[in-house]
Amino acid sequence: MAIARNDTSVLGRWWWTVDRWTLVAVTVLAVLGLLMTLSASPSVAERIGVDPLHFVRKQAVLLLPALVAMLGVSLMDPRSVRRLALMMLGGSILLLIGTLFIGAEIKGATRWVSIAGFTVQPSEFAKPAFAVVAGWLFAARRLGEPIPGYALACALYALVVGLLLLQPDVGQATVVTAIFGVQFFLAGLPMVLVILMVMGSVSALVGAYFVFPHVQSRIDRFLDPTAGDTYQIDKAREAFMNGGLFGRGPGEGIVKMSIPDSHADFVFAVAGEEFGLIACLLIVALFAFIVMRGFARVLQDNDLFAVIAATGLLVQFGLQSLINMASTLSLIPTKGMTLPFLSYGGSSLLALGIGMGMLLALTRRRLGVLS
Amino acid sequence: MIGPFRRTRRPKPPELYSPRSKPGGDRRPVLNCAPTRTDGTFRRAIETGRSRLLITGAVMSFAFVAVGLRLVDLAAFASPTATSAPMHAETAYRMHTDRATITDRNGVIVATSLTTTSLAARPDRMLDPVDAARKLAQVFPELDPAELTAKLTSGSPFVYIHRKVTPKMEQAVMELGIPGLEFERDETRVYPHGPLMAHVLGFTDVDGRGLAGIEQGMESVLKGSDDPLRLSIDVRFQHAAHQELKKAIDTYSAIGGAALVTDVRTGEILAMVSMPDFDPNHPADSPAVNRFNRATFGTYELGSTFKIFNTAMALDSGVTTLADGYDASEPIRISRFTINDYHAKNRFLTVPEIFIYSSNIGSAKMALDVGPPAQKAFMERLGMLQPIALEIPETGRPQYPDVWAPIYTMTISYGHGLSVTPLHLAEGVGAMLNGGMLMPATLLARDNVPTGRRVVSEQVSYDMRRLMRLNAVYGSGKAAQVNGLMVGGKTGTAEKPGGSKGYNRRSLISSFVAAFPMTDPRYVVYVVLDEPQGTKETYGYATGGWVAAPAAGAIVERIAGIAGIAPIEENAPEIQHAFAIDLPEETKKLASLRQ
Repeated sequence: MAIARNDTSVLGRWWWTVDRWTLVAVTVLAVLGLLMTLSASPSVAERIGVDPLHFVRKQAVLLLPALVAMLGVSLMDPRSVRRLALMMLGGSILLLIGTLFIGAEIKGATRWVSIAGFTVQPSEFAKPAFAVVAGWLFAARRLGEPIPGYALACALYALVVGLLLLQPDVGQATVVTAIFGVQFFLAGLPMVLVILMVMGSVSALVGAYFVFPHVQSRIDRFLDPTAGDTYQIDKAREAFMNGGLFGRGPGEGIVKMSIPDSHADFVFAVAGEEFGLIACLLIVALFAFIVMRGFARVLQDNDLFAVIAATGLLVQFGLQSLINMASTLSLIPTKGMTLPFLSYGGSSLLALGIGMGMLLALTRRRLGVLS
Repeated sequence: MIGPFRRTRRPKPPELYSPRSKPGGDRRPVLNCAPTRTDGTFRRAIETGRSRLLITGAVMSFAFVAVGLRLVDLAAFASPTATSAPMHAETAYRMHTDRATITDRNGVIVATSLTTTSLAARPDRMLDPVDAARKLAQVFPELDPAELTAKLTSGSPFVYIHRKVTPKMEQAVMELGIPGLEFERDETRVYPHGPLMAHVLGFTDVDGRGLAGIEQGMESVLKGSDDPLRLSIDVRFQHAAHQELKKAIDTYSAIGGAALVTDVRTGEILAMVSMPDFDPNHPADSPAVNRFNRATFGTYELGSTFKIFNTAMALDSGVTTLADGYDASEPIRISRFTINDYHAKNRFLTVPEIFIYSSNIGSAKMALDVGPPAQKAFMERLGMLQPIALEIPETGRPQYPDVWAPIYTMTISYGHGLSVTPLHLAEGVGAMLNGGMLMPATLLARDNVPTGRRVVSEQVSYDMRRLMRLNAVYGSGKAAQVNGLMVGGKTGTAEKPGGSKGYNRRSLISSFVAAFPMTDPRYVVYVVLDEPQGTKETYGYATGGWVAAPAAGAIVERIAGIAGIAPIEENAPEIQHAFAIDLPEETKKLASLRQ
């Protein structure tokens, strides 16, 4: 693409200021995601009795809007990003309330609402929107603007997490909590409160263990594999062992036939079996690259809002991928969480596109804000 | 720039963030704005944010490294088989059933319990019993819809609909979605070999209670343990005996028969067949008469095979020797009976000749020499007057005269007047050959062999081996010969009670008892046919030598290979010498003596 260095059109400025490496890495992930859906979803589709390429088609159809959304949002300036986030958060909160009344119950939780024929998972959109809005509130308060930033951020956090726990969706609540915690931490939360917050999170996890039976059973099974059914985890482990260094080859996996969520939460195991250790390490490296490069960019940024908001988005992206991969590798108890871009899921894909677009917009090199 | 300015002076983000607000390439004013934000608050905030960002970044990169390492650990170093496979094997092995498995002596499963499902209904909980009956009849074509409807509308709160439902049928019933149906887990007894060991194993009722054979006799043991019960039976021996007996019964149109193989050293029963038989998996499908056990429950006058005991008794008591003899020239007349010889020689016969010609006259005279009380005591010691204490309930009680008069002494000498089971005979013959010790028969594998009870001296036992060998070479047992296996044997042909003269000449119990190798006896093979009919090949004869001896020989030949008994050179000088018994020239020329 030949764009002159002194091109001052919107696209020209975008091209020379956006983080092109991250852009490429995210695009590669999205394409890999389509490949993995092609590989992992036909067996699931056959099990539930739809056309084998049902999920592939849906994913492909949503991939383009997601990439377009990412590019579109990355063109925005931070203020527009903030406005977009504010609107998205408002909408998500309304829909989250909606799930409680009109939501479709799937596998024991109501997380989806139907809008104009599309099934939407509002919690996916709430996460990046919350990260940006909270980032703004923290930065504003920190820089002495006359708004009760901390109080508003805390209230917002309580509202979102409360709605997520009502679904219940402990996984998303955990992610939102992590975003909020890290942002508060960056915004200069006194160390005493940091310690208190860590302790609070631990006790919240312990609380979740006692309040939600499914959380309890998962942790029990993680601590003592003989205590109950560890079927999915055993199968995932088996997949990595079968795969070895180079994998069995695309489409040659057998474990995907017996894991119920092979195209969603356990897509990493399918990758492990079919493409092998080296490919999986590349995937991990890709995620790590996006997160670390994001941190490096943010580190040079002088705009506190951009720093806190972008960090929130990076924490969301990084934590989600880490939790998914670690639970597939049985490093931590199983937690239903999608692997960004690789797992099947329309809402997740679209929300990720918007979230990454926000990240790209916030990490663009801007005049006067570089140290 | 601190103090009052902090709260009032608000940075102007639009100018900072949006280059668009500045037309053209003139960026100077924007750059100049930057220093306005370098006040203390901002600097402190951004510094804190950066240092804490570094911490966050470090934690995250550590987590990514951990995931990478775990990936390498799982994919490159763990072996796929080591972790999960043994766990499954172990759980399968520990499976518990309500009734223990039964195996043969080599661990082959001959009876085991499988988990099955029974379908039951609680009609009072059904929405529409008539509709339910119609739907169920579609899944189980063997059920009559009308009958099923009657069952479900009978007012009974609980009815069984179908026992032993297969998983496929179970799924089909589930898919009907009828409320008020219940599946009950229970067990089904399965006999993988079908009728092969019918009379040994017996069978169980639908509730898993033993109703015959080992299943009944060992009920408490089978109920109380998860360990398999090991029988003395060897299915390979059992199969040989089963097949050869069946062949003989079919060939000679017998109404039934029995075959036994026992180990003379331990008393273990290695094969036990009674015919006609039944399939213990479906005992009710065969006539009840098929469950009658001819090998251990039926008692018969077994005829000339008893001359083995009679001869041994006479030799052991010292009234005669192998060199002595008796006059068999005249039939014995006693009260209204006449004792004749089937193959009358009408002359003086030596003891070996009496044995191989199967002379009733000679045997009766030998027995009279011993005397009735001593004969009864001998029979008692040999276990011929008591039921055998076997592990199955089907054990026949011998019938013998209340008053042991001389006439009975004479008839019992050649196997009439005393009815015993075929197992009694096999057990007794074993004692005659193993050195003189009676080993109690058993159907359970014997790890510790009991001492047994002495019934005859070792010398007499040795003489009996020689006599039985002689009979198989020169006498009535030629058809049971298997080259090199040193088979010895004795025929028996008895008329069954009935008919005009007390006995029926056409209804025979024809038998042959073989044992091998006579150099060091291991196995007794006994074949009994009930009412065999002669064929053209046997010239119409249905006697033991014609109909039972070939079957016994066939069994011997088959089991010798399985047991690993190698043939020897029967004509070797040392063997000829060890088994030599002097006989008159005429006997050796007698070719077709097959009684």
